[in-house]
Amino acid sequence: MSPPAVVTEEDGLSKVSSTVASGSSQSLDCFSQNGAGLKERNYLGLSDCSSVDSCASTVPVLCVEKKENMNLKATELRLGLPGSQSPERDPDLFSLSLAKLDEKPLFPLVPTKDGICLSSQKTVVSGNKRGFADTMDGFSQGKFTGNTGMNAMLSPRPSGAQPSAMKEMPSKLQERPCSDNNGTGHNHTGASISGSAPASKAQVVGWPPIRSFRKNSMATTSNKNNDEVDGKPGVGALFVKVSMDGAPYLRKVDLRSYTTYQELSSALEKMFSCFTLGQCGSHGAPGREMLSESKLRDLLHGSEYVLTYEDKDGDWMLVGDVPWEMFTDTCKRLKIMKGSDAIGLAPRAMEKSKSRS
Amino acid sequence: MNIFPDEVIEQIFGYVTSQRDRNALSLVCKNWHKLERCSRKSVLIGNCYSISPERVIERFPELKSLTLKGKPHFADFNLVPHGWGGFVYPWIEALAKTKVDLEKLKLKRMVVTDEGLELLARSFMNFKSLVLLSCEGFTTTGLAAIAANCRFLRELDLQENEVDDHKGQWLSCFPDCCTSLVSLNFACLKGEINLGALERLVARSPNLKSLRLNHTVPLSALQRILMQAPQLVDLGIGSFIHDPHSEVYTRLKNTIIKCKSMTSLSGFFEVLPGCLRAIYPVCMNLTALNLSYAAGIHCRELIKLIRRCGKLQRLWIMDCIGDYGLGVVASTCKDLQELRVFPSVLIGLNGPAGVSEKGLVAISMGCTKLHSLLYFCQQMTNAALITVAKNCPNCIRFRLCILDPTKPDPDTLQPLDEGFGAIVQSCKQLRRLSLSGQLTDRVFLYIGVYAEQLEMLSIAFAGQSDKGMMYVLNGCKKLRKLEIRDSPFGDPALLTDMGKYETMRSLWMSSCDVTIGACKALAEKMRRLNVEIFNENEKVDCSVDGGQKVQKMYLYRTLAGRRNDAPEHVWIL
Repeated sequence: MSPPAVVTEEDGLSKVSSTVASGSSQSLDCFSQNGAGLKERNYLGLSDCSSVDSCASTVPVLCVEKKENMNLKATELRLGLPGSQSPERDPDLFSLSLAKLDEKPLFPLVPTKDGICLSSQKTVVSGNKRGFADTMDGFSQGKFTGNTGMNAMLSPRPSGAQPSAMKEMPSKLQERPCSDNNGTGHNHTGASISGSAPASKAQVVGWPPIRSFRKNSMATTSNKNNDEVDGKPGVGALFVKVSMDGAPYLRKVDLRSYTTYQELSSALEKMFSCFTLGQCGSHGAPGREMLSESKLRDLLHGSEYVLTYEDKDGDWMLVGDVPWEMFTDTCKRLKIMKGSDAIGLAPRAMEKSKSRS
Repeated sequence: MNIFPDEVIEQIFGYVTSQRDRNALSLVCKNWHKLERCSRKSVLIGNCYSISPERVIERFPELKSLTLKGKPHFADFNLVPHGWGGFVYPWIEALAKTKVDLEKLKLKRMVVTDEGLELLARSFMNFKSLVLLSCEGFTTTGLAAIAANCRFLRELDLQENEVDDHKGQWLSCFPDCCTSLVSLNFACLKGEINLGALERLVARSPNLKSLRLNHTVPLSALQRILMQAPQLVDLGIGSFIHDPHSEVYTRLKNTIIKCKSMTSLSGFFEVLPGCLRAIYPVCMNLTALNLSYAAGIHCRELIKLIRRCGKLQRLWIMDCIGDYGLGVVASTCKDLQELRVFPSVLIGLNGPAGVSEKGLVAISMGCTKLHSLLYFCQQMTNAALITVAKNCPNCIRFRLCILDPTKPDPDTLQPLDEGFGAIVQSCKQLRRLSLSGQLTDRVFLYIGVYAEQLEMLSIAFAGQSDKGMMYVLNGCKKLRKLEIRDSPFGDPALLTDMGKYETMRSLWMSSCDVTIGACKALAEKMRRLNVEIFNENEKVDCSVDGGQKVQKMYLYRTLAGRRNDAPEHVWIL
């Protein structure tokens, strides 16, 4: 396999046009060119990626900004989450090297489950070796010029309308003889996500390839155990108490009115103006563990406060540890603790990073 | 080659345990062949129909441990009709007739009956170990026979079998004098057991190291059992439901702390949130954790648990852990060697919607020792696979299952040829590969060229033409098992290199483009292959035109000729 060439945004334009021109042929060039474009994928964390930030904001090969110039709107295929612009498709289109991702924010400001992957997407952009430890970056979206919608789209969760769009594409694009035999294969949704109808599960015999014993066991136990339903996102307010060590009063905040830790932190800062949040403070440092490192040092001097929360299991955790959605789903109450009190709450991730460094 | 006396050679052979090595020894010369076969203790027959039991016994009279595999792999996914075969009774019968001093029997995907178990229990005085994986056809009555008659039983290991549970007293059938148990696994049984009998059994088994309970064993019983057996190394928890503030729960916590040898945990068929804290004390020593049946554990609890398991080498979980959770695994479990992520989509669990390529990339970055992977995901990209290939060049088993089997790379809408190509090129020791996603013939070209050590390949909904299959058959010299479903490979591919199939254990093709005529031609030409054709429970019409496509075909090399235990709807050409 030829080593993929790095494709910058400008180059991508020309490469894009040539791949379109190659029509429906599935030439090797077609693949390797797109493989080339793929190298720009920011979550590879490749050090030789020309510019991390440009990687962040660029959708490789799929230069959405240039689409108008290319006048490819007629041939573009867009994928969207339900509620966003519906995909336009040219049914006669065979060469589908281009998928235009809709710029419209597909990641609604209301937290959805996609947020979880969003954070992980972001963390790698910073070039960390550790892909996911760095959840904080995911929340500092302002740092990146990229489109939040774009990045969310980079990890699309098929649900609702989207799978049908995806399904039809292969049969249109590729002349796959076996698609005739396997019409059923295209009927099912890839997954019943977020509790969507189980009736739409795989109708293909023996797919997904899971031992029937496992399938049968899970079917019987699921009824007993499916007791915890995460709070539906975006519905109503979610007030939690916020207390602070030494403060004479406690306040309540509506977690649903924020979408990031940064917002929550600023709001609390205003409310309890005499403290500094331990972790949600500066965003200069790319790595969350580095943030925590310096904060931990500060904590040891006992001069800082940290924001902690009690989760559904009754455990006290440092705020910022988990993706925002998971936090809002599990947070029962918040507490602003003295740094010295919070040392025992240092999450494993932090300890591990300390031992590694 | 008579430099050493036979006794010395035998002594040296005693250190050679791997079957492949011993097979090699036996090819050196006649004398070595004789010495080897007379001293071989353990034999694996990968396909129970490839040879008759009599021939095995004749060649290896000192046989102590026999492993048999029956049905083809795709039987796991309901692709093999009921009653196809894989009966173990003839083997037990043949062994019982001779003077073989059988001590261990391990069966995978075979049909086991109560009669067989009873015969087994009565026939071998020193029988020590019975391991059944994905078998069916027996009931707890058969287990009772084993318990009652095998006085020196050390191991009874039942994994994922379909057992008819008569809720009998099979556990009580272990006599009081039976104190030799080392491993007992009945997690797959559905019915209640006699808790008192279990506790007494554990109390009189000082060597018990591995105990896996089924879902009917409550937490209170678990606590009493652990009091008797703090030396346990491997524990399978049945039901883990209790009020976390109750006295029973507190006692359990205190008991678990004493289990300092515990390195492997599994089960949790029923769990209440908040109960998991009891096992935190053992987490830091765990090397194996199987939570793939624990539907009750929420993602965030899972993550909290895993953060404590820094020494994990083997992890089986469900995809509700999400990409973020896999990131936690990647940063915590630096010694991870084997990871299996199962789909929770089947049970419609709420929570993060499965895992994607991001989780896998994170794992590959954090867990550099990873060599075995089974990953059910929503989607995969070429870029991610290329990254994984770069990060995990030591991968031996790579099984990827995208839940939508023909899904292309969602970012580029390209097939995943390049990604899998990178995997086979980079992972030079790759022995097992399962493909999914949209794939053209190109991926098979890569596999044929680069996958030199590949022994087992699973293909579904992939490829465009016969060339795909031909690339594989021509290229993969060490290929032993090839299984293909719903792919456009037809007669030219099947017949291109008929001799190849004698170098392989088996070939499975279902919903492909192979015709009856071609199968007949193949069977005619290659007499040491059994070519079986079957549809789903309907008798195949033998008079039908040779051009008709075959629904399912399974062929395997054999020295035993046609088998005579096939049901009506299986046609052996």
